[in-house]
This record gives sequence, structure tokens and C-alpha cells, in this order.
Amino acid sequence: MLTKLHTNKGSQLVLGLATGFVFGFLLEKGGVARYDVIIGQLLLYDFTVLKIMLSAAATGMLGVYLLRGLGLAQLHPKPGSWGASAVGGLIFGLGFATLGYCPGTISAAVGQGWLDALVGGLAGIILGAGIFAALYPRLKPGILSKGEFKNRTYPELFKVNPWAVVIPAVAIIAAFLYWLESRGL
Amino acid sequence: MDWLTMGRWSPYAVGIGIGILSWLTFVLSDKPIGCSAAFARTSGMIERLFRGNKVLQKAYYREFPPRVDWEWMLVVGIILGSFTSAKLSGQFKLDWVPSLWAASFGPQPVTRVVVALLGGVLLGFGARWAGGCTSGHGISGTLQLAVSSWLAAICFFIGGIAAAFFIFRVLG
Repeated sequence: MLTKLHTNKGSQLVLGLATGFVFGFLLEKGGVARYDVIIGQLLLYDFTVLKIMLSAAATGMLGVYLLRGLGLAQLHPKPGSWGASAVGGLIFGLGFATLGYCPGTISAAVGQGWLDALVGGLAGIILGAGIFAALYPRLKPGILSKGEFKNRTYPELFKVNPWAVVIPAVAIIAAFLYWLESRGL
Repeated sequence: MDWLTMGRWSPYAVGIGIGILSWLTFVLSDKPIGCSAAFARTSGMIERLFRGNKVLQKAYYREFPPRVDWEWMLVVGIILGSFTSAKLSGQFKLDWVPSLWAASFGPQPVTRVVVALLGGVLLGFGARWAGGCTSGHGISGTLQLAVSSWLAAICFFIGGIAAAFFIFRVLG
């Protein structure tokens, strides 16, 4: 692994900026810097968001697990619990539909010129994150640790070779996307 | 170079591009793509301007110090990358109210901005509660086959679909 590069702070800031530039370019080209496209997904008539997310996940999965097998990458799966991931996920969902952007796509929306995203949404996200930081000491020992996941990834949970999960997962994603297209969605 | 000035690309081209980009971030930066922690750090930076260094003692900011890091620069990069793409295709336009919102709730910027602010508060709060967003859990976590991320991502959509149907089919 490129440990020297990973610990070089200046290079990492430049790499972060460059990665974001490509990511933002792709999000804008994909149409997901637009409120109308994101709400169209949540109202289940425009599946652009899921098509992008699932094809990114399938592509990413194949490459990242291969790179890991070659010793060129390591995984960083987030810890989680029912209390954190499910409850937090549902709160996030309410915000997702009310705002019509998520933290990545709102940044792309700002780049496209959306002032509701810049003036309303960005300020709201920063405020919401700050409120969470203030409540964190009370939430952490309580609901956030309810039903903690001991195994962080499915291959660990099922105690199988990672490829026994990667290959079926990619196949299911491909089949789902094929089904969406065949329905004209 | 027509593809650079196109307004839209196939969602699959975009998704595969993001997948390949994530290979690069794992190799070059040892990090998955994510966005929402940068907003928590920004919140800490702003609070520090008003309340000084005691902000650094807060439990959350000891875990996520309020400073510019790789992910913070990534968010800045998203704005610049999207701006560049939108300028190339001629889609850049300053605007307050998306058309779908205007069709149900009217063209007044103030209503839209107030609702966006409220939605943003819920989104920022929920993202930090869940420990990630549509990028960190929805793409980077699912591609690592993380248990927490698949659950969070499914809940993002359950909550989002329910709320969108309420907003546009009941209220709108």
C-alpha cells in the first residue's frame, strides 16, 4: 500500500479536491444535482438516482475487493447498530425528501447555481450536524449503541469468502437494473 | 470532445465512473468517498469562531476535529466539478425554486428556502446520527458490503419515499 502518500497531508488535501472535482462533474452530468430528479426518484417515477448508486456500488465492489485481495487497499466499513443506522437512516430520509438533495448532491446543486441549496439547504445541514454534535454525549450511550453490529461486513457475518457475497450481490444489482430498464423505468 | 459539453450522460456511465473513482480513493488516499462529516466539521469551525477553543473539548469534535481534511476538500471539489460541468454544457443558471416544487407550492423563493432549511437540519442531523450519507453509506459503504451501510441506505429510501409521497401527494 502507498502508506507514504496516505500520510502526506498536503498531497491528500490536493487528492481530496481532485476526487471531489471528478465526483461533482459526474454527479452534474448524471442529472442528480437537480431537485426534480431526486424527488422523481423518491416519488418512484425517475430511477436515475438508484441507477447511478447501484452501478457505482457494483463497479466499486468488484474493484475494491480485487485491490484488497492484491494487498493494494484495505476496507473501512463503518460501525453501526439498529439504533444508529436504522433510526438515523429514517431521519435522514425525511430530510432527503424535504430538502430534495443529499450532502453530496447539494454541493453539486450549488455548483449548478441553485440558491435554495446554497442559502437554505447548506445552512440547514451545518446547523443539523451541529445540533447532533451537541446531543451526541446523551445519544451515544443510549440509542446509538442499541443493537450494535458485531460483524461489520456481510462476508464476516456469514463467515464466507468475500467473493461468495460480491458475485451474488453484483448479479442481483445487474438483474434489478435490467428489470427496471425492461419495465421502461 | 462533445461528451464534455453534453447536458446528460447515461446514469450507468456516471455510476461506473464513480465506482472507478472509488477504486482510486482506496488506493491513493486509503479512504472511501463520503460527504456528511465535512458538514459536521464545518459546524464545529463556525461554533469555534463564536465560542473559542472550548468547542474542541466537545465529545463529538474530539472524534471529528473541526478542521479542513481530505473529505472537506472533496466537498469543495464537488462544487467546482459540478460548476465546470454545468458551464461546459450551458446548464449553469442562478435559480431559487426548482420547477417541481413551484408546480405544487408556488414560485416564491422564501417558502422554498425555509423548507430547504428545515429539510437540511433533518438531513444533517440524520446523517450524523446514522454515521454517513448517500455517498458514505449509500455508495462507499454498500460497495464494501458493510452491514450498517446497507441498512442505513435502505432506511434513507424508506424515509425519503414516505416523506416525498406525503409532501407531494397529500400536501401538494
